[in-house]
Amino acid sequence: MRATNAALGAAGLAAFLALGEAVPRLGLVEDAYFPPTSRIADALGAELAEGTFWTALGDTLTGWALGLAIAVGAGILAGVVLSIVPYLREATASTIEFLRPIPSVALIPLAVLLYGTELRSVLLLVVYAAFWQVLIQVLYGVQDVDPVADETARSYGLGTWARIRHVLWPSALPYVMTGVRLAAAVALILALTAELVIGAPGLGARIAVAQTSQAVPEMYALIVVTGLLGLLINVGARTVERRALAWHQSVRGEVTV
Amino acid sequence: MSRVLPRLVLVVALPAVLVTVWWLASAGSTNVYWPPLRTILQAFPDVWTGERLRADVLPSLLRLAGGYATAAVVGVALGTLIGSSPWVRAVCEPVLEFLRAVPPPVLVPVIMLFAGIGDIMKVAVIASGCVWPVLLNTVEGVRAVDAVTAQTARSYGITGVARLRHVVLRSASPQIFAGLRQALSVGIILMVISEMFAASNGLGFTIVQFQRGFAIPDMWTGILLLGLLGFLLSVVFRLVERRALGWYHGLRASSRRSR
Repeated sequence: MRATNAALGAAGLAAFLALGEAVPRLGLVEDAYFPPTSRIADALGAELAEGTFWTALGDTLTGWALGLAIAVGAGILAGVVLSIVPYLREATASTIEFLRPIPSVALIPLAVLLYGTELRSVLLLVVYAAFWQVLIQVLYGVQDVDPVADETARSYGLGTWARIRHVLWPSALPYVMTGVRLAAAVALILALTAELVIGAPGLGARIAVAQTSQAVPEMYALIVVTGLLGLLINVGARTVERRALAWHQSVRGEVTV
Repeated sequence: MSRVLPRLVLVVALPAVLVTVWWLASAGSTNVYWPPLRTILQAFPDVWTGERLRADVLPSLLRLAGGYATAAVVGVALGTLIGSSPWVRAVCEPVLEFLRAVPPPVLVPVIMLFAGIGDIMKVAVIASGCVWPVLLNTVEGVRAVDAVTAQTARSYGITGVARLRHVVLRSASPQIFAGLRQALSVGIILMVISEMFAASNGLGFTIVQFQRGFAIPDMWTGILLLGLLGFLLSVVFRLVERRALGWYHGLRASSRRSR
């Protein structure tokens, strides 16, 4: 089953790449806008040989990892505390609802004014954006705790800490993991956005340069790199998720629908 | 009535405290970047009424609505398709994973090549980013349909559209709504970015203009307005969600009460 899946996936991927080669070659789209796969691959090879590319990659990853770590830690802590302390969830609901939807990109002008193109600008945006993803998922997850399980734990006399550890945390974990996965993606988005719009050093800034200098294949190559980066991050997050949720329905048993 | 009042207090208390703290802390501020809240609030009505409401706020909202709606329809449809067939999922997964992994803002330059800098570009950018949380959550939701429910439906001979509507989408809907909620904030982000990048109107464009012109209080009013906008949208979202997921919350509440 595993091997079949991998083969099917590879077939899908090959078809996608072939389509990318064929469509511009057949003149369905202008190849100045959408170069064939092979030319993008050439540009990608040229990029990989350059030292500045690796520096940019390092800059992007630093901003991403630092920001994500801060956001996930703070998000889980805040989410659990808000959910278990009586009234705190309700008291903070309106404030969270107000702060959360403020798009972190609205803070771009402020970040530019305060920190210019420093790493701190990137971190400000990344942490602000990723924090809410985790927090909201934690809150949703805690809401989803099975009342019977919670009641059972109570009637067995489990204390607050034990209930967090054995009832609340396992029930909320699938949501938390989804939250972390989304936060990892959002953190990458915001790190690249900060580089693209503000000009903080990194892959985003290189894409902006490639775009303004009309280097279309290079631009696509860099975008492919950001995609691969996102893919790697997602696969990593998924592996962690699968490990942590080995007992859960969605991982354990495939439902035949 | 006696229950409404404490709730109201709970809702209003923290924001009131925060605003008061901000007001007092910034009252004597001479820092250019952190103007007193009073100055910001005074500037607010001047900046965001009349012409600007029509010329900047409305176009932004229409683009957001267009992109979001497209993403929701495409995301749920594709998600259901992919989630309900292991075969389709196996073929599509690597490509989808890759496309999903491309951060949408880096597509702004690409979509600009194809669609120019018009409204289509912005709607496409918004849709291309919003679709993934919806799609991902739909796939997960469809996969996690309760085995007993699925088999019960099968043994009752519920198939086709009825099964899709009453079993699959119904049981996936809490997850789908979680996805839609996340897509909403991604959508606002992309709306602002696409306007910061290339536009002649819209909220993102205007806020960046203020920042470049060092009109700091005006810039702050823009940030506040985006906050208010996001807040209003999420209130609307919650009303819709409460209606659509009434059965789910009811189920939870009743199993809680019956304990």
